[in-house]
Amino acid sequence: MTEKQNIKQALDEAQQINKEYNYYNYITTQEDIKLQESNKLYNSKEGKLSGYFISVKDAINVKGMESTAGSKILNGYKPLFDATAVKQIKEQGGIVLGKTTQDAFGFGGFSVNVGLDKEIPLNPNNKGRACGGSSGGCAGATSKHKIKHISLAESTGGSIVCPASFCGVVGICPTYGRVSRYGLMDYANSLDKIGPTAKKVKDAALLLEVISGYDENDSTSANEEVKEFTTYVGKPVKGMKVGIIKEAFGEGVNSEVKKAIENKIAELKEQGVEIKEVSLPLTSKYGLSVYYILAMCEASTNLAKYCGMRYGKQEDPTGISFNDYFTKIRTENLNEESKRRIMIGTFARMSGFRDAYYIKAAKIRTLIINEYKELFKTYDALICPTMPVIAPKFEEIKKMTPLENYMMDILTVGPNLAGLPHITIPSDEVDNMPTGTMLIADHFNEDILIQLGSSIENMY
Amino acid sequence: MEVNKELLQNVAKVARLKLTNKEIDAFIPQVKEILDSFQILSEVNTDNIKPSFQPIPIKNRLREDIPREPISIEDALKNTSLKQDTYFKGPKAV
Repeated sequence: MTEKQNIKQALDEAQQINKEYNYYNYITTQEDIKLQESNKLYNSKEGKLSGYFISVKDAINVKGMESTAGSKILNGYKPLFDATAVKQIKEQGGIVLGKTTQDAFGFGGFSVNVGLDKEIPLNPNNKGRACGGSSGGCAGATSKHKIKHISLAESTGGSIVCPASFCGVVGICPTYGRVSRYGLMDYANSLDKIGPTAKKVKDAALLLEVISGYDENDSTSANEEVKEFTTYVGKPVKGMKVGIIKEAFGEGVNSEVKKAIENKIAELKEQGVEIKEVSLPLTSKYGLSVYYILAMCEASTNLAKYCGMRYGKQEDPTGISFNDYFTKIRTENLNEESKRRIMIGTFARMSGFRDAYYIKAAKIRTLIINEYKELFKTYDALICPTMPVIAPKFEEIKKMTPLENYMMDILTVGPNLAGLPHITIPSDEVDNMPTGTMLIADHFNEDILIQLGSSIENMY
Repeated sequence: MEVNKELLQNVAKVARLKLTNKEIDAFIPQVKEILDSFQILSEVNTDNIKPSFQPIPIKNRLREDIPREPISIEDALKNTSLKQDTYFKGPKAV
């Protein structure tokens, strides 16, 4: 097949899948392809990603392609530049396939909190169930595409591994700072990480290898060595030490899901991995509250810039006051969950409450980071279920209160708060739905996750 | 924590949002439930603990002070229809 035929097949496949499952807010056109091909730097035939198509979460800027972070308030916004991760993908010959559906600004765990005029992505295994969130479109597209495809997702509190687990694909959330955030529309600056979802660990490792590294455009970017992650796929794991997080197998975690993960643990044992039970009492009890306070506080400041000026949704401002105009645009174009998080975040930062909520949470975050660090003195990685349940049905989600919704993140907020890399590996099915096993490693030890993760993929 | 209509209206004003009575009625129990769940943090002794505003140590890195081409005025105005000459057009501020 010629390259042109390959591209046509990929674009047609994306259109076809989207009609049935709603994984894209925007699908690349032939004009977009021409634009990319016209840039010599982006036309490598021998790059690490030559021949690959990459779908990109809507919150990550792609030059010239409408990028809305899944929210109506950014409709019409066409970035003037590529996010660093997207630039690196293009430089390695990868072709951007489109912008994927998500909870608006990343606010959700099921991708049902989409923007007011956006579609909800459906689970690739059962259309009556959610994809997970917030990178739901990324994980769904990863599952359904037959072409050579990897997705560029983003996580704040679990938004890569949650949908990957619910859709039965691999997801890697790297260490905070490992991948540049330049060009990402922030949810919470101290928590956001860009990472891949793929069908196989090898492809996820490949994309991570391409997008990792220091970037002077991101002041929080880490200047740490980037290993050749793909060389860790399939490396023997004998003698490695893995701790089972005791609290992640307790109340609230579905017993069949536990069993699926226990099967993966048994597989590691058979390969000579030393397994012992460990405990994260502070993280398990306080992690969720700490996460939501910090994330909402940061989000409420980040979203202040969306006010109907310069880009996105706008209206004629003649005859209306400054504040009334901002209020009107925000009220009419932000969805309910965005408003809820802005309200709580604004409240928690207000005079008189800041120390009790924001500063207190930031202090407990220190204790949580220390709790993990102590375990990594002994263990190479920690293991637990990625999500406590299989992907819920849409009617079940409708019955949940916002707090019950947030509690779904109970297992993923810990590593996200501590900025630790983590991976989810598809595990045994429960009720014909996939489950995921999560491995967590110390900062900048993504190679260990790839080594351990690849040793347990597709064993069943 | 008492969460009432007045508090939510005040917060909404600060956040440049206008909530309908129906929205406020729905938000009151939800926000109360969420804020109450945060109270659990008061159990933790955080005396002498420094807050973590980032999960990894961040170092200041300064780049070479070399002038670069900024984005052009034409590009900066590409994403808006509300413009006049070389300026963004916005609501009246004073």
